[in-house]
Amino acid sequence: MEGTKLKVDRLTAYYGDNPAIREISLDFPERRVTAIIGPSGCGKSTFIRCLNRMHETGAHTRVEGKVLLDGEDIYDDDPVRVRRRIGMVFQRPNPFVTMSIYDNVSVALRFNGRHPREYVDQVVIRSLQQAALWDEVSDRVDAPATSLSGGQQQRLCIARALAAGPEVLLMDEPCSALDPLATSKIEELIGQLKQDYTVVIVTHNMQQAARVADFTAFIYLGGLVEFGPTEQLFERPKERLTEQYITGRFG
Amino acid sequence: MESTTPSPPSSPEAPKPRPVSRWPDRIFVGFVGIVGAGVLALALAIVAILVYSARSSFNRFGLAFLWGSTWNPQTEVFGVLPFVAGTLITSAIALLVAVPLALGSAIFITTQAPRFLRGPVGTAIELLAAVPSVIYGLWGIYVIHPLMESTVEPWLKQYLGWTGLFSGPAIGLDVLTAGLILAVMIVPTICAVSRDTLLAVPESQREAALSLGATSWETTRVSMLPYARSGIVGGVILGLGRALGETMAVTMVIGNIDKVPTSLLSPGQTIASLIANELLSSISSLQVAAILECGLVLLAISLLVNVAARVLVWRVSGGRVVGVGVL
Amino acid sequence: MKFDHHARRKLFSHAIAVVTGLCVIAVLYPLFSIIYTAVIKGGAVLFQAGFLTDVPPNACSIVACKTVGIGPDIEGTFILVGLAACIAIPVGVLAAIFATEYRTRGFGRAISFTADVLTGAPSIIMGAFIFGYFVLYDPTIVYSAITGALALSAIMIPIITRTAEEALRTVPEATREAALALGISKWKATLRITLITALPGVATGALLAVMRAAGEAAPLLFTALGSNLPFQGFNQPTAALPLLIYNFALSPYSNQEKVAWGATLFLLVAILIANVATRYMIHRLSRRYAGM
Repeated sequence: MEGTKLKVDRLTAYYGDNPAIREISLDFPERRVTAIIGPSGCGKSTFIRCLNRMHETGAHTRVEGKVLLDGEDIYDDDPVRVRRRIGMVFQRPNPFVTMSIYDNVSVALRFNGRHPREYVDQVVIRSLQQAALWDEVSDRVDAPATSLSGGQQQRLCIARALAAGPEVLLMDEPCSALDPLATSKIEELIGQLKQDYTVVIVTHNMQQAARVADFTAFIYLGGLVEFGPTEQLFERPKERLTEQYITGRFG
Repeated sequence: MESTTPSPPSSPEAPKPRPVSRWPDRIFVGFVGIVGAGVLALALAIVAILVYSARSSFNRFGLAFLWGSTWNPQTEVFGVLPFVAGTLITSAIALLVAVPLALGSAIFITTQAPRFLRGPVGTAIELLAAVPSVIYGLWGIYVIHPLMESTVEPWLKQYLGWTGLFSGPAIGLDVLTAGLILAVMIVPTICAVSRDTLLAVPESQREAALSLGATSWETTRVSMLPYARSGIVGGVILGLGRALGETMAVTMVIGNIDKVPTSLLSPGQTIASLIANELLSSISSLQVAAILECGLVLLAISLLVNVAARVLVWRVSGGRVVGVGVL
Repeated sequence: MKFDHHARRKLFSHAIAVVTGLCVIAVLYPLFSIIYTAVIKGGAVLFQAGFLTDVPPNACSIVACKTVGIGPDIEGTFILVGLAACIAIPVGVLAAIFATEYRTRGFGRAISFTADVLTGAPSIIMGAFIFGYFVLYDPTIVYSAITGALALSAIMIPIITRTAEEALRTVPEATREAALALGISKWKATLRITLITALPGVATGALLAVMRAAGEAAPLLFTALGSNLPFQGFNQPTAALPLLIYNFALSPYSNQEKVAWGATLFLLVAILIANVATRYMIHRLSRRYAGM
């Protein structure tokens, strides 16, 4: 089923007077995984942070253009509400150190509304399952979140984001701080997640994009170079720049 | 792994999401901003109230107040010089005694002492900083003062009297004793800041010197002290700031005479001890105003000194609050 | 020749080590002297029945005194410091939150700087300031628990603001971002996540300020004034331990001197215990946050 969940229309984002990304237009298909690749510093992180209005939390930042979620511009809406519909997982795992595993996962539910305990329990278990972490922590959900390993903490952050009930999940290089085993576990669960969520993943690792993504966008120096089905982009790239990047001429 | 089919995010069982209101955030920012403004208002109020309360003294004496050396409640002639002199002399004595001791201790703790001693000694120093001023004063009266009167001051008069610094009867309640008590009180501050600054010097500096065959002291002198210099100076100035404002201990041992001290064994008065002694026993409102004007002078001196200290300490420690335990 | 020179350098280095070691001894001597003197001179009276509850003695030298106690002063210190903390802790923490979490306005930096500078203001000036203010606006309560508490809180607020600010700065930006990205409103994220994460540091600062206020006498000299009676009301002069020590230290009567030393010992022990207990608590809390 291929509708567009998130449509980006001529998005430009500034740090002070410098545009980090320039007039990017892109359609993210619903319930598919779209990867964003490109060399370091090309604006991938800035771009994804505009999709849940995190970019504007920095000092001296500005955004122009539109990002339409189901047809409505998120920049016309309340940022807090936007972020409940579009969740994010960050580069380094950042669980809340003062809270247990259970409290971390349930934090969005507890802070953003009032729900009965049974409902919260259900959501926590479901989210931990979706993040492929439930089997490892089911006997110690009250342990501090910091007692988990790095890879487990990142899966905890994924569960935490999912428990908030988003429709879109943004992942900003989620495996870059993890070892290969932890990385492969997360890549596996991304494959499961797309049944229910639209996933956008920024990665500097092209092989990862090839493994997990249905669609891939190549961004270079703040502009969109090419976008298409992953297989097509990697095997029959339309742009010369794309071809140079994926064959390792620069990066 | 048997996994239950996860239900989509917008399944019927999920309660309706509550609408998000901007108001709690706005109210919070406003409220917190007002409280923050309150801190600024506090600073301004202190200056404003003191200035206003001292106005009759301003009007009467003008700038001459700053160098007037007479303080006579009977004839209503007032000047701040005796107390500025007392403050500066006691603080100078305090620094002369405290800086070598504090710096020496800091060097010992960070370079010579075995590591396991660092914790206990550090704790002892923080305890010293936590002892209230009145207790130092009480100790000063009953332990240091008799010692000064019976032993130290006669000795000083006998062997160093030729310098002219030790004229006058040796009663033990004078600027020298006050200066020594102050020294004891500011040593923890200077020592803690110096120690933290020295500890912040990268190990690589020390290792470089040691590997060239330097002795322990040479290593310290060459690789650590230059690096730590502005932090240490900052700590010294912080200590000075504390000495300038100390009240209780000073007032108990300084002798409380409102005249410019002529020797180290003269009794005297600092601005702080003046306020403590005479604010409530003033015989005229002009005296009260004059006392508060002295307070303004003290405030101005302390603030300047503390700003200088913070700038230096901040620069070295990268903005960390160093020596918090000895605030 | 070379050997001599090297030996001389080593000797000098050792001499410095000895000298600096002596410095440490000189620096630590007052601590032990104070504790020792307090124990010798105040130990006996501290354990007398009723010392902690009775009213202080009037000056009496030959005739036996009716009571020997510091009860009102302990009570007064608790009330004054407690009231001051109720004012100073919320104000200090909230001001620190504004200065760190809403910092892009120049206002935040001004607050930071002001609080920092105020920590160096002499405590007697705070007392004179409150005294001056109330003389102008409500002379009836110049000498009262209220003014005493206000003077103490004026000393505590800058300390709490500075230390809370430092503690909040140690919270990694990633924590705040994670909270915002979950759609949690900023005020909730600040109070329930960022502040809680910074709690060990904030609590340390608050407790340091409280212990400092408990030992202050200068600001109370013309606000709370002191008294020999149990607590009479918030608009009445109030006793405090440091004031008692000051007043009785200068007394020529040996029974009052003993009471001063007894109070000193009590105050020292209280501060010591509070210090150690604080560190332990903070240590436990920090370890829990690190996952141990």
